[in-house]
Amino acid sequence: MAAQQASAPAAPAREEPRHGLRIFLLWLVLSLAADLVIWFVWYPHLPPGDLSDSANGQQLDFAVLGISAAPVMVLVFVYFGYALIVWRHRPGDDEDGPPIHGHTGVQVTWIIGTTLIVLWAFAFGTWALIKPAGAGAGEGPQPIWKLSGKLTSTWTPGANDMLQVQVIGQEWWWTFRYPQFGGMESTQLMLPDNTPVEFHVTSLDVIHSFWAYQLAVKADANPGVDNIAYTKPGQLGTVTVRCAELCGLWHGAMFTSGRVVTQSAFSRWATGVQVSEQNDGLIAAMPPYALTYDPTVIPQLGQDIVKVAGITGGNGYYYSGAQAGTAGPPVSP
Amino acid sequence: MAIEIEREITPAGAGPAGRPARPWWMRPAFHTGLIGAVGGYLLGHWLGNFLSSSYPQNPLSDTNDVPIVLGYAFGVIGWLAGLGIFNELFAMMAGKRIRDSHQLAAEDGADTGLAKYFRYSLNHKTVGIQYLFGMVGYFLTGGLFAMAIRSELLSPTYHLLGPTNYLMVVGEHGTMMMMMMTSVILGPFGNYLVPLMIGSKRMAFPRLEALSFWLTPAAYIILLSGVLFGGFPMGWTGYAPLSVQAAQGADAYYFAFGLMGISMILVGFNLIVTIINYRAPGMRWGRLPIFVWAIFTTAFLMVLAAPVLVGACFMTLSDRTFQTAFFVNTLGGSSYLWQNLFWFFGHPEVYLLALPGFGIVSELIPVFCRKPLFGYRVAGAGMVGVAILSFFVWQHHLFNSGINPDMRPVFMLTTELISIPTGFIYLVAMGTFWKAKIRFTIPMLFCLAFFFNFLIGGISGVFNSDTPADTTQHGSFFVMAHFHYTIMGGLIFAFMAGIYYWLPKMTGIKLNETLGKIHFWTMFIFFNSTFLPLFALGLMGMPRRVFEYAQNLQTLNDWVSISAFCLGGSILIFLINLVWSTLFLREPETGNPWQSRGLEWQVASPPAPENFAAVPVVLSGPYEYGVKGAPPMADLNPPTGVISGALTGQGAEV
Repeated sequence: MAAQQASAPAAPAREEPRHGLRIFLLWLVLSLAADLVIWFVWYPHLPPGDLSDSANGQQLDFAVLGISAAPVMVLVFVYFGYALIVWRHRPGDDEDGPPIHGHTGVQVTWIIGTTLIVLWAFAFGTWALIKPAGAGAGEGPQPIWKLSGKLTSTWTPGANDMLQVQVIGQEWWWTFRYPQFGGMESTQLMLPDNTPVEFHVTSLDVIHSFWAYQLAVKADANPGVDNIAYTKPGQLGTVTVRCAELCGLWHGAMFTSGRVVTQSAFSRWATGVQVSEQNDGLIAAMPPYALTYDPTVIPQLGQDIVKVAGITGGNGYYYSGAQAGTAGPPVSP
Repeated sequence: MAIEIEREITPAGAGPAGRPARPWWMRPAFHTGLIGAVGGYLLGHWLGNFLSSSYPQNPLSDTNDVPIVLGYAFGVIGWLAGLGIFNELFAMMAGKRIRDSHQLAAEDGADTGLAKYFRYSLNHKTVGIQYLFGMVGYFLTGGLFAMAIRSELLSPTYHLLGPTNYLMVVGEHGTMMMMMMTSVILGPFGNYLVPLMIGSKRMAFPRLEALSFWLTPAAYIILLSGVLFGGFPMGWTGYAPLSVQAAQGADAYYFAFGLMGISMILVGFNLIVTIINYRAPGMRWGRLPIFVWAIFTTAFLMVLAAPVLVGACFMTLSDRTFQTAFFVNTLGGSSYLWQNLFWFFGHPEVYLLALPGFGIVSELIPVFCRKPLFGYRVAGAGMVGVAILSFFVWQHHLFNSGINPDMRPVFMLTTELISIPTGFIYLVAMGTFWKAKIRFTIPMLFCLAFFFNFLIGGISGVFNSDTPADTTQHGSFFVMAHFHYTIMGGLIFAFMAGIYYWLPKMTGIKLNETLGKIHFWTMFIFFNSTFLPLFALGLMGMPRRVFEYAQNLQTLNDWVSISAFCLGGSILIFLINLVWSTLFLREPETGNPWQSRGLEWQVASPPAPENFAAVPVVLSGPYEYGVKGAPPMADLNPPTGVISGALTGQGAEV
């Protein structure tokens, strides 16, 4: 675009240097350098890393946006820098500048140029959103861009089954339920590698936002809403889970960790937790697995289902995530 | 064009109808307003307790929301009554004739002394100065909260403020800035300068104008009063259902924000009507200073967007007091409703924070480039385009929320389209700089910094608009850095440019130049050193509004905190300059220090009570720098009969 600046009407007075050409050359060299640095030096290190396909997609997205934006920024910086040095006011020169009110060519080229950049960003962004199945963002209860994988009621390693993980946000705790493992619940996010994962994010109270940083997944947890997001971990690693929507007092402390493990290790872990929670009576004490929950409705109210001290009680105590897998004092509503 | 031609204004104090000169403490002013506010609050609080005695009480404060909200409502009415705002209303109801508001405005303008700044004054210049000092005060308050936030973030675990206090400070900072700063340019410069720039002796609705200002201290104090109840935990966005379960501090947020919304609607209406109807003869739309175009579009945004906010605040207050359920999922409400309503207001709002900044920089660069504004029509079109498109982008705040997910590409497109009219501002600036004679005055330095900062803010905005990238950025420090670059780096830098440029006009006193240069360089350097690392912090996984963060982010956070303290120091230099220059140094600057062609600079500084001795006739555009033989912008003493002749179709154009 710098080239068009050159065509602005230049008064052919005494030996006027070719400002437009100078700016154009400066811009060309600097933006080429910036783009090379972004693509070859920054791109492999850009967040959020490459743990999952959605993370890979976002990394590419950042890099492409970066190399598209850098020439624009370089143009403005080079132009202003050049102008401030070359066209600064010299002491004693009290004349006004040339009365240029506009230039149709420059204006039209600018408008066409910026429109093309915007359309390019839109086209690429849409592709980057649709191709990796919603790019790890929450897609509501009926996603239209889905990850391929078999939806099964049980999950077996090596069968390309879609793993379903329900993410429950509540003040101020994350819990994860695995419906394909009897609806067992964990406070740590465990995922198998090379497996399509379908997150069902919901909340029991206020709006939270499930942010699995290394997986590049973010989906708001709204009460009464089943918000679905997809990802596919590509390698082993750890995941930080944070709440990304202000949810009250301990929002800052609402984080937990997760791990991507091999499919067989995941299967062993999940089955083990399922068996132990069944034996504890924890699964029976929890509300039956559902896509959303209403915490004011307690299905087991009045039933004698307490098998583990302090998990829940028939006398009106309802399940609190803080007690999952631990034996603590009951929490009154 | 409705021009008032021959309405005669009697000079102040001369007419028999002139107000009796009572001593200042006998006249309704700030102090009587305070008495009214306290009395009104107590009455409302008692009434609320009386009406809601059977409601559950909050164990922390031993009261419920009804007495608080009614206390605020009656307190505001008492405050306005104490200021004497209803006096004329009652007089009219009693069958008395009230005096013409323009007459009163002229008399207020002729008053000398400081007392007029503390009363319900109808003169647009008095209101402008009131707004200026009010806004600086609100800005400093919000800034102090920011210092507290950065102190807490010196360490990755909580150490200074507990979670309650931290959220209180975050909420107060965010709301103070986003709510009060909506009027930071429209209030002071819009009210003061628009009549001067369009060649009018007055604003259209002096009473609305004064009311719009006097609502702002009420909103400010009510917002701060949330601190007495432990603040509010929802930040400046006030998301439901967190707001429904929050303690009484949240009433302060909703009441104050709604009140400020009303103030925004009033100031917007007044400016729209003034700009349409009160332009001097010859002030065609194509000659309107670009700053006035910016104010015009901003005023439309205010009038169209703020009612949604006022309604949404009222709905939340009714959820919290008389127990409706707009936002309660289990009772048929929706937690998405507030998000939609809030951002339907909130996104136009962030553009009504940007547009006045565009206006100031586009107004100032021709003066200091000594060239006409390049592509005047493009600049105007850019502002109108931004204003219109801003109503079609709000769902980009909800990309991850699961609402309407298949519409995300559309909102991605509309959001990115906004960068086209925004880019016009850069086209105009770059065209104006071409072969210019750039004068590095302090206002110009702030304009240059505006273009630097806003470019970073704007480009990062394109990153945010991109749905896949936004998955990581949303709710993180990246977004926070983005909007601080556009609002602080854009709006506040433009505001500073405006202060250094127009304060000599408004007060006849110029700000100290050495302190101004120190202020500029420290503010520019420390602003960037504070907010640039926040982009990296956000991408490295730091969410907003947290008091705990990952250990490996501490170095960057400490860097940011120390820079932020230095930035605070820079604002302190500005404050010292403002106080020192206007109260102690008082270097007079009565002429046209910038050799501007602008109409506002063709009259004395500060201008006469009625701005112009006669209605001026505008002869040419405001930016004809370097044009050989260009007439001055206006004839300030047109021959008698020229205007009425033009109106009846015989005269000027013949």
